[in-house]
Amino acid sequence: MCGGVIVQFCVVTYPGSNCDRDCYYVIGEVLAEPVRYLRHWAEHVPRGTSCVVLPGGFSYGDYLRPGAIAARMPVTGAIEDFAAGGGLVLGICNGFQILCEAGLLPGSLIVNDHLAFSCLPVHVRVEGDPSPFTHSLKQGEVLRMPIAHRDGNYRPPSDGAQPQVALRYCSPAGELGEDYNPNGSQYSTAAITNERGNVMGMMPHPERCAESILGGEDGMRVLQSAVDWWKEVGSYGI
Amino acid sequence: MGSEPRMASWEEAGLTAKEYDEICEQLRRPPNALELGMYGLMWSEHCSYKSSLLHLEQLPTEGERVLQGPGENAGIIDLGDGLAAAFRIESHNHPSAVEPVQGAATGVGGILRDILAVGARPIALLDSLRFGNLHDSRVEHLFSGVVSGISQYGNSVGVPTVGGEVYFDDAYADNPLVNVMCVGIMSTEQLTRGTAVGPGNPVYIVGAPTGRDGIHGASLLASRQLGDGDGDMRPAVQVGDPFREKLLIEGCLEMLQSDAVIGLNDLGAAGLTSAASETAARGGTGMDIDIRAVPRRESDMTPYEIMLSESQERMLVIGRRGCEEEIEETFRRWELDAACIGKVTNDEVLSIRDGERILAHIPVQSLTSGAPRYDRPTRPPSDCAAREAGAEEIPIPHDAGDALLQMLSHPNLCSRRSIYRQYDHMVGIDTVLTPGADAAVLRIKGTERGLALVTDGNGMLCRLDPERGAAQTVAESYRNICAVGGEPLAVTNCLNFADPEHPEVMHAFQQVVQGMARACRELNTPVTGGNVSFYNQTLDRGIAPTPVIGMVGSVDDVSRCPGRGFQRPGDAVLMAGQINTAKLAASQYLNIMHGLQEGPVPEVDYDAERRAGELCRRAIMEDAVHSATDISDGGLMIAVSECGAASDEGLGCRLDLTDSRRPDELLFGEGGPRYLLTVPEDQIDTLVCLARETQCPVERIGTVGGSEVQVHVNGELILRASVPSLCRARGEGLT
Repeated sequence: MCGGVIVQFCVVTYPGSNCDRDCYYVIGEVLAEPVRYLRHWAEHVPRGTSCVVLPGGFSYGDYLRPGAIAARMPVTGAIEDFAAGGGLVLGICNGFQILCEAGLLPGSLIVNDHLAFSCLPVHVRVEGDPSPFTHSLKQGEVLRMPIAHRDGNYRPPSDGAQPQVALRYCSPAGELGEDYNPNGSQYSTAAITNERGNVMGMMPHPERCAESILGGEDGMRVLQSAVDWWKEVGSYGI
Repeated sequence: MGSEPRMASWEEAGLTAKEYDEICEQLRRPPNALELGMYGLMWSEHCSYKSSLLHLEQLPTEGERVLQGPGENAGIIDLGDGLAAAFRIESHNHPSAVEPVQGAATGVGGILRDILAVGARPIALLDSLRFGNLHDSRVEHLFSGVVSGISQYGNSVGVPTVGGEVYFDDAYADNPLVNVMCVGIMSTEQLTRGTAVGPGNPVYIVGAPTGRDGIHGASLLASRQLGDGDGDMRPAVQVGDPFREKLLIEGCLEMLQSDAVIGLNDLGAAGLTSAASETAARGGTGMDIDIRAVPRRESDMTPYEIMLSESQERMLVIGRRGCEEEIEETFRRWELDAACIGKVTNDEVLSIRDGERILAHIPVQSLTSGAPRYDRPTRPPSDCAAREAGAEEIPIPHDAGDALLQMLSHPNLCSRRSIYRQYDHMVGIDTVLTPGADAAVLRIKGTERGLALVTDGNGMLCRLDPERGAAQTVAESYRNICAVGGEPLAVTNCLNFADPEHPEVMHAFQQVVQGMARACRELNTPVTGGNVSFYNQTLDRGIAPTPVIGMVGSVDDVSRCPGRGFQRPGDAVLMAGQINTAKLAASQYLNIMHGLQEGPVPEVDYDAERRAGELCRRAIMEDAVHSATDISDGGLMIAVSECGAASDEGLGCRLDLTDSRRPDELLFGEGGPRYLLTVPEDQIDTLVCLARETQCPVERIGTVGGSEVQVHVNGELILRASVPSLCRARGEGLT
């Protein structure tokens, strides 16, 4: 029933992005969907795009604040229009920071509570109502994915609004708790979506665990969700 | 000619009176101040290798896999299928001693650009670090600063830090060592040389504007002892900008897709002076540079400062005439300034102008290879005899389990996780075996193959016996590569020593090179390049001779790389190699438990080494093993503990040994090639066959299972520890 639907991805390269090539590789070679790069000066997301990925890295060296400068580049405005039209937007790590800085997602990401960079595998639990990025996952399901950041401590907006949490840090068995929260994020938040669900930001790196040779394939399930959702639902209009 | 009064004497340039006379002779006139400063850099120990070159000629540099040996920005080896790996190691010891964060960060930046200069994409970093005792707050400051500098720069620039080593010893209290290795991958067609050819071709400086940082870095900081006033040397340390480096990497790699670029060179030690003269020397050409065209941070910089600056994140690009627009446009897209600062000439002279005014005019060869070669006097150390003392007097430990926990929690043997979790070791999505493994393994996308990478050093062994110590260092790297299933291919080295003008230091240097040369020849791992760092000495305290080896191996099928963690209960624990030769002499057990750094260093048995390496590698590639590790520092029990700690299920094992030696020697003795393999029952026959074919002894010593490590000797239980207690102890060493 989904035959013929093309899920076109775009991976954004800001100056200083360093997971753009990784995302491109995983989408093109592992997920096997069409993918192209989008540069920071682009004023439009190409027609026919289903999902834009903002990759991890250190856009503009994280100078000023992580994501702050990238959020003011032309392509970010283009992504805003694209999201408003129902397109899927996934921000990973620095991409999540950029989405918060751009106001596409609520809240902000501040320095980890232990003040150091952390690169290690963590467990996350699928939360809330299904969004396109959790479409093929079960609520409460536990995934294992690596993180690699210094600024991943999520703080919700000060107006008291509660963000829609999509993933929370947890134990391998799915329990929440300080011991399993790698950066001090409020409510162990690892990923959130906007209200409509078509924009998600996540600190863990799905592209780093999309192949068994690298120690796990749980990241594929998030990316595959977006593809499945688009084929089953999204292409018919949100 | 213009002259600047800032530096008048040869002494201030870091040269000797005799060297000054030699310069006058080669120039047939006295140099002016700018020229003298340029000579001071290029003839410094750091740039000219004047004390080491005579000895380094002994090293084997050729082999069927070697595409490019020493003398270029990086060594390159052929991986087959049109692929090549570029790699090199370099020291940033002195800058890190003065300013640890920036010193280490710019060490990473510099070696990345060396790899970039040969046209390769940097894919991995490894760091070999040495510090004094962590109880000293100054050492703690240096240690945390260096780790944070590596983390800040490497993470941001997006090249994974996949391995390395760290070691603590009082010998490094005043002089920490920070050696950084970078590995890049490229198609063989893309090989770029740091060469300026084609008179009339434009010369660009690309990247950061030139500032006043790092002036005299190579001549006065890296080529002299550290002393009390070194806080004043802080301006000679550069400040890194990893963001600009990332742009430089992407910009240069994109540029190399077209043929608009002829040569690339890093502006590292000795800055523009070195990059310009080295590229011209390699091309047999000259270069004409107008310093007015050099973008600078401050408008009132003098020609002297511009030529000597070691500002980071700059590359020299030799373009093809007619492609100027393409070059400038490509770099502009990466938000980089590309300024045309001159052109290649055919007169073999480096000519520096300020507009029309000629400021310096030096024959290129005089700068790059005119420096004198020194055959410095050597003398064996006077206290050599004392080191022959044995270990027989040492009391046997009451509780072997306690001794094990104490060893595991020592900073030199404990888990390095608290360090490497600060490094992004996964970016690039190639890291199959992450830090903590015997060697890092990176896959090569689109193939089944991969690279195995490791750095090793052992100052303690080299102080006890420089020649054997150096050979053991090469052998240890060899074992680490074999333990992950790799075939060792080639090495790069970083030779860290104290003052070469001291005959005992020079003796050790000569012995180390000799030992390394023999080992590299025997093990068929040619040396493709490296770095010498002398003057790691403060007042009369010098470091232990510390050659660091960076080895690259090839892995045929990365999906077979097992890692060291115990996998399945019931698997047989096998030991392969020189099973019964380990000794307490020169071991970490003596060092840690008894404060003794003594005993004869064993000679490497190259036949045994090759056989054991082949057995381990083949067992892995034939998928016969579930885990593999090399038994090295701390001996059998440290290796076993690491296998338990690395086990996902927290599996332990039971060892049954039959042996009449002292238990501490059995448990903690070191020496010879020894691999610990775990093998499912149905594969034991495969190992027996392999043992016969490779003529390498293999013995079953136990069985995987339970959540404890138990050791029975001659039927008697002598050691028992739970895997969680081993993990805890390993986690305590660096907190």
